[in-house]
Amino acid sequence: MNMLRSRNLRIVVTLGLLSGAFILYTGAVGMIAAFHEREVVKDVISLGQVLLALAPFAAGFMAANRIGDEGAGQAAILAGGFAVGLITATPTIVLLLFNSAEYRFLLELTLRVLPFLVATYFAWPMYRNGKDMQFVIGSWLAIAVLIGIVTFSFALIFEIKGDLRSVLVNINRDWVDVVTFDNRRELMTGILTLAIVSAAAGLAGSVFRIIPTIPRRALLYGFGVTLLVGAFGETVRLILQENLDRDTMRELFQRDTLRQQPALMLLIISTVAGFLWAKFGQQVRTGLTSMESSQRRVVNGVGMLVFAGILLMLPWLIGRTLSDVAVTIGIFVLMGLGLNIAIGLAGLLDLGYVTNYAVGAYILAVLTSIGPLGRLDGVFTFWMVIPVALLAAMFAGFVFAVPVLRMRGDYLAIATLGFGEIIGKLAISDWLKPLIGGAQGVQAIPKPIFLGAELKNPEQLYYIVLAASLVTLFVSIRLNNSRTGRQWMAIREDEDVAKAMGIDTARAKLLAFTLSAATGGVAGAIFAAKVGTVFPNSFTVFISINVLSLIIVGGIASNPGIVVGAVVLIGMPELLREFSDFRFLMYGALLVMMMINRPQGFIPSKLVSHEVRAAVKAKVATAD
Amino acid sequence: MFKWRSDDFSWVDFTIDVLRVLIVLGVVVGAWNTLSSGRISFAQWVNLFAAGLSQGSIYALIALGYTLVYGILLMINFAHGEVFMAGAFSTVFLAEALNRTGFLNEQPVLAILLMIAFAGLVSMSVAILLERIAYRPLRGSPRLVPLITAIGASFFLQYTFRGLYGSGFKAYPGVKALQGVIQIGGISIPVVQVFVFCAALLLMLCLYWLVERTRVGKAMRAVSENKEVARLMGIDIDWVIMFTFGVGGFLAGSAGVINGLFRPQGVNFYMGFIPGIKAFTAAVLGGIGNIPGAMLGGLFLGVIEAIGPNLVLAGLGIPGANQLKDVIAFTMLVLVLIFRPQGILGERLSETKA
Repeated sequence: MNMLRSRNLRIVVTLGLLSGAFILYTGAVGMIAAFHEREVVKDVISLGQVLLALAPFAAGFMAANRIGDEGAGQAAILAGGFAVGLITATPTIVLLLFNSAEYRFLLELTLRVLPFLVATYFAWPMYRNGKDMQFVIGSWLAIAVLIGIVTFSFALIFEIKGDLRSVLVNINRDWVDVVTFDNRRELMTGILTLAIVSAAAGLAGSVFRIIPTIPRRALLYGFGVTLLVGAFGETVRLILQENLDRDTMRELFQRDTLRQQPALMLLIISTVAGFLWAKFGQQVRTGLTSMESSQRRVVNGVGMLVFAGILLMLPWLIGRTLSDVAVTIGIFVLMGLGLNIAIGLAGLLDLGYVTNYAVGAYILAVLTSIGPLGRLDGVFTFWMVIPVALLAAMFAGFVFAVPVLRMRGDYLAIATLGFGEIIGKLAISDWLKPLIGGAQGVQAIPKPIFLGAELKNPEQLYYIVLAASLVTLFVSIRLNNSRTGRQWMAIREDEDVAKAMGIDTARAKLLAFTLSAATGGVAGAIFAAKVGTVFPNSFTVFISINVLSLIIVGGIASNPGIVVGAVVLIGMPELLREFSDFRFLMYGALLVMMMINRPQGFIPSKLVSHEVRAAVKAKVATAD
Repeated sequence: MFKWRSDDFSWVDFTIDVLRVLIVLGVVVGAWNTLSSGRISFAQWVNLFAAGLSQGSIYALIALGYTLVYGILLMINFAHGEVFMAGAFSTVFLAEALNRTGFLNEQPVLAILLMIAFAGLVSMSVAILLERIAYRPLRGSPRLVPLITAIGASFFLQYTFRGLYGSGFKAYPGVKALQGVIQIGGISIPVVQVFVFCAALLLMLCLYWLVERTRVGKAMRAVSENKEVARLMGIDIDWVIMFTFGVGGFLAGSAGVINGLFRPQGVNFYMGFIPGIKAFTAAVLGGIGNIPGAMLGGLFLGVIEAIGPNLVLAGLGIPGANQLKDVIAFTMLVLVLIFRPQGILGERLSETKA
């Protein structure tokens, strides 16, 4: 029993500290304050507060889950959740105290005492294990001095600078306001509020674990939907605005924020719907699968038709602003599908994909521009140049692929990254300025003209992107099932074996690079036509990383995964401006987390998930 | 890689050979044009060379981190540039504080030592955390998996520090003792360049001593030879790997301070990315996994980067040649990877690592 308790305690403390660190981190990088700007429900809760509550809630739920698995009773589970919530709040509370004028001495005290505490923490087990006394004291001193250098330096910095804010720019008033729930002046009240909210959220998490599955799911759907609609209030408003009249809109939204009553309605409706789905969803699904094949084909066909209809009607359904976002997403879908040929199908990690994008954009810009740099006086139109851009990008892909054909894996990745950087530097240099405009770039790119009408709005450009994406999708599906596709697969698995099997690896790899470059070129050309100007700053390594992230997150070698990845990773920062500052922070974190926990992506391709399972099995087998 | 390929000669080899000839031709023509025009005097060449050496010694310090980690784990720690940034960016506040108290100019040696220790420890903690959280769970997975993780970690760290310290540039304060020039027979070399070179050399010697003469170093070498056997010999592999990351991080952090004192344009969250790739180039140049190689490769790259634009690019009539410094470095990277992936000194154990 005692052992059980100490184990539970460890779970509670670890999870509490983890979520506490998360809250502290998001606060310190400015996420909480930035998200607070976005209200989910008018005057009720902001996205920052959601973040603040969601961490202890999730940690409380996980702790309850694990304590429950250990066989603890309900009271222990609830207590665990509560404790997790409390612990979550502590790091933030400590930082609040450090930050306040009255309790600054705590910071100084901590910085002075910390080296000795840490040294003792490490030296104590050595002493207990009966190590040589001289060794123990030596280690203790060494650790104390090392930590001491750091804490002394911090103490000096804070003493000279005066406050935390002059170093950690985001530990500012906005942050204090959010975490103390607008109790900046009465810090103790604020701290108490934070502790209570956090503990309540942790408790709610553990309650969530105890209640039966069906109501739990219903609540999850309910709150999830409300939260999503609230957070993306601006987007939802833009969509509804196209279809609803002004007065209804005003009742639902105050500017971009959901009002309280509609939010409550939405919560109730979605909870009820969630309840029904949780209760009868399984039956519906079994009903569908047990249908006869002809019937199922009809259902599938209707589904496809509806989906295609939505795709075709999208610009009318969502309006101009969102169509613009849709075009951006489409450009990245294109690039994602293209890069996937290299990464997903042939296993060539190309980090210089931006090269092709830049080539396409610049070709279109220079050939069609009616500004000073377009010397062709607009003889060429968008439609004539698109194939040129495609061929030019293919050529660039070919040229850059030849030297790297003999490289493998990580060297190839770094070399292509080098190419991307070279292109970026060349684009901005004085050398090529007469041709492509240096830092000013190329301006005055005309919009495409279709049957005499200028496609100047995103609603119209959307169709170009859609068509290009569909063509790419078709090509990549066909490629995947072709002889070449199987050759790529063989190369991806083992290049030496593939070669031994008689595959012309050089040819297959070149083909992969060239084809993948082609879509990049088209994407670049469409981008140039959409924006109307081309700057070298649009073509940085970040584009390559963006595309890589959406492939990895969506699912490597999985076409639906890539589309969904693009919608989420590109769409979200565009729709939620608060996210855009933290875009690469989240991409980075996502890449790491995906690689550790789910290397096959969220919507994996069948083959890859099969391979991952096989690899895990092999690993387990060798471990035994 | 460098053998005469008569048995398996394809058009790829042919293209690569043509590329090789073209590059040699370009370099020779450019150099000939510049030298025959005499636009740049001997003293200027020496100055460029000295500046290149100082910059190169900073690359070398960072490159050691790549090489140490590669030597042991066979992975490219792509986020190492960000480890460098972490130390440099954090220490700018300490440097300001030390400057405000006047300590920096009264006791420059002690102050700089404190800064180096602080930056080193900050970078070390970042490197160790990185290893513990991001890389350890992935040991033994296919090689591209840790690379993608490292790319993710790199951007994560960049934007974390952007969030923590803000996105603006912050400059290290000037140190009086490092201003001024040394005159040697008509050639004047800034003191700060001498300082950078000497400080880096000292740190590298310390590392060399650590790896070659201490028990930990022996353990590191053992783990890099063969992990399983090292484990059987009673070496705590996890600890050694962590230690290696820590040492690499420390060197990168100290390079950050040295870089901050050397280059006046200041530090920001993105400062680590380009030097990171360049330092990787240096590591590959010297033969990745090879410690003296990384030092040499760094110096070599620094010198090429300083001299190359003026010698070759200007000679070929390319305007604004100094803007293309980075292009030279990245071209070097690609060329080394194409023509001599085992580096100048050759990669240790290149058989198993290729």
